[in-house]
Amino acid sequence: MVESKQQWKAWIYLAPAIVLLLVFTVWPIVNTVRMAFLEDYSIAMASGGEASFRLGVGNFVKVAQYQDFLVCLKNTVLLCVITVPISTLLALLVAVALNSIKPLRKTLQTIFFLPYVTNSIAIGMVFAAMFNIVGSLGTRRPLIQTVGIVNNVIEFFGGSYVNWINNGSSYWANMFVLIVYIVWNALPFKILILLGGLQSVNKQYYEAAKVDSTPRWRVLWRITVPLLSPMIAYVVITGFIGGFKEYTSIVGIFGESLGPAHAPGRLNTMVGFIYDALAQHHQGRASAAALILFGIILIVTLINLQVSKKRVHY
Amino acid sequence: MKIVLQNLTKAFPSRNKKSSEEVIAVNNFNFEIPDGKLIGLLGPSGCGKSTTLYMISGLQKPTSGRIFFGDDDVTELSTENRGIGLVFQNYALYPHMTVKQNILFPLQNLKGEDKLTKEQMLERAYQAAKLVQIDQLLDRKPSELSGGQQQRVAIARALVKMPRVLLLDEPLSNLDARLRLQTREEIRRIQQETKITTVFVTHDQEEAMSISDMIVVMKTGIVQQIGKPQDVYDDPANLFVAKFLGTPPINVFEGQVKGGKLYIGSDAVLELTNVADQPVTVGIRPEGFLLDDNGPLKCKPVNVEVMGRDVSVVSTHEASSNPFVRSIINADNKIDIGQEFVRYAIKPHKIFIFNKETEERIYFEVK
Repeated sequence: MVESKQQWKAWIYLAPAIVLLLVFTVWPIVNTVRMAFLEDYSIAMASGGEASFRLGVGNFVKVAQYQDFLVCLKNTVLLCVITVPISTLLALLVAVALNSIKPLRKTLQTIFFLPYVTNSIAIGMVFAAMFNIVGSLGTRRPLIQTVGIVNNVIEFFGGSYVNWINNGSSYWANMFVLIVYIVWNALPFKILILLGGLQSVNKQYYEAAKVDSTPRWRVLWRITVPLLSPMIAYVVITGFIGGFKEYTSIVGIFGESLGPAHAPGRLNTMVGFIYDALAQHHQGRASAAALILFGIILIVTLINLQVSKKRVHY
Repeated sequence: MKIVLQNLTKAFPSRNKKSSEEVIAVNNFNFEIPDGKLIGLLGPSGCGKSTTLYMISGLQKPTSGRIFFGDDDVTELSTENRGIGLVFQNYALYPHMTVKQNILFPLQNLKGEDKLTKEQMLERAYQAAKLVQIDQLLDRKPSELSGGQQQRVAIARALVKMPRVLLLDEPLSNLDARLRLQTREEIRRIQQETKITTVFVTHDQEEAMSISDMIVVMKTGIVQQIGKPQDVYDDPANLFVAKFLGTPPINVFEGQVKGGKLYIGSDAVLELTNVADQPVTVGIRPEGFLLDDNGPLKCKPVNVEVMGRDVSVVSTHEASSNPFVRSIINADNKIDIGQEFVRYAIKPHKIFIFNKETEERIYFEVK
């Protein structure tokens, strides 16, 4: 009797969280699946009752046929595949460096952590300003000096300025800016996790390596990385998941046009595609795209876990 | 390779920032460790023995003094370049590598003319594994080994690059009693086979005595006595050394030298010369007692513990500094606990007297 009473208490304690999860997580997921499999579903047209929609995979077929969708998919995958390894490697190096210095460590830790607590749209605008060129290409020089700090630096060292993000810029120039931004934005969290891992590594392994005259790079590769592998796996997996959901960074830099003036939408991503579909009241199409994104993230995460089984030493 | 320690001193800055007082962990240590010997650094915790070991390894820098390996001054040399093998107290085996990879690791770091081919490395690793008898376990991870096996892997890893000096930090402290006995003999065997000058640190006097060629007894950073284990035991330089060595420990009494006689309480146990009249501290080894009906030392028996070959007689004496006096005598003797006194004669070479203030040994001659 006492036990069942206890159980009721437990359920009451859990109730607030369960109710919130049901309303804001479980129901939307169920609803998304439902909408995705109703042909041409849209809320505006559903007022007449849902019986008017047939079950089917039409939404998925439509999504796949959109030229836009393929662009979004390509951008998303490219950004993921490029930024996750770069940011993980950089974060590892920064964490190891931070862990091996004493003076200024706290200060540097704070500086490296700042991007994490700063609004990403605001940072995006700062990046847009940094990579800016001012004036139209033909008349810019010699009338106005470049304003973007990056081009200023390039010209200071004798290079010629690059049209990074303005009208007429190339796709890879745009991508470069995006990658720099995303990597920089992803560093703090990764550094935080890896530094935490490093500080829990027994110092004696390093003393033992020292006694055995181990070169530094070998200590890093054969001792630090394997001992940190659980944290690295975590950082990579969450990095991929975050990467597939990339969107705000593009809005931050390029605004709602999601591309330079001459090619709007060129840098759109999966999440952007879903937003667009919703904005156009195609809830069925948006749901289908969301499920596709979910499937991709699931598969990539499973691959990650499979790889880490062999490489991670717990 | 002999090791010379010259005026070796290590001071740590005080934790309390206001006082500039330093903690002297090792104070002016002078010692020449002969080539190919096994040396035990012995003392209670905080005596500076591990600090000394880590200074020899180079992981800690001495505040002053010099360290020589052979004729090379290695004081300024970093750990990497000293060519030492070090076995850590908790072994510090790389947990993600197999036993084989652990042992190979130091070899893979060799550079220049020392560089080995893959076959040579495997051969050397296998030899080292065989020496410590773990050649059956090469593909296991450290977490799959017992404490004693991990210990041996750690020794193999330290030995495989054929170091000039082997250092062991409390190598047996994580093992159970039986394994400790077995492993210490193995360390002895390995050391004698390889002839590598070896220094090990321990707080266990029995361990140090049983396998060392020489022991160094330390206390609060100061070397108390250096010598062969038996010599130090038979001829302690002060009360601390006498108390620290030996199980069961030495019996300590308040005593007095008066008119050429040594008194313990009111019992005149020994006639001696060359010692001025003064109060003294007297130490008698448990094996220094002889049952004798006319013996001068009268103790009140409490208990007799049978140990097979010997018996240990627990008794009390008014002048004893410890609650009980423990003597070890041959089991052929029958002791009646009911009797009021047991009387002992004392073997003169098992009795030591110390200055009451300085606790330094006072040497005497038996009349």
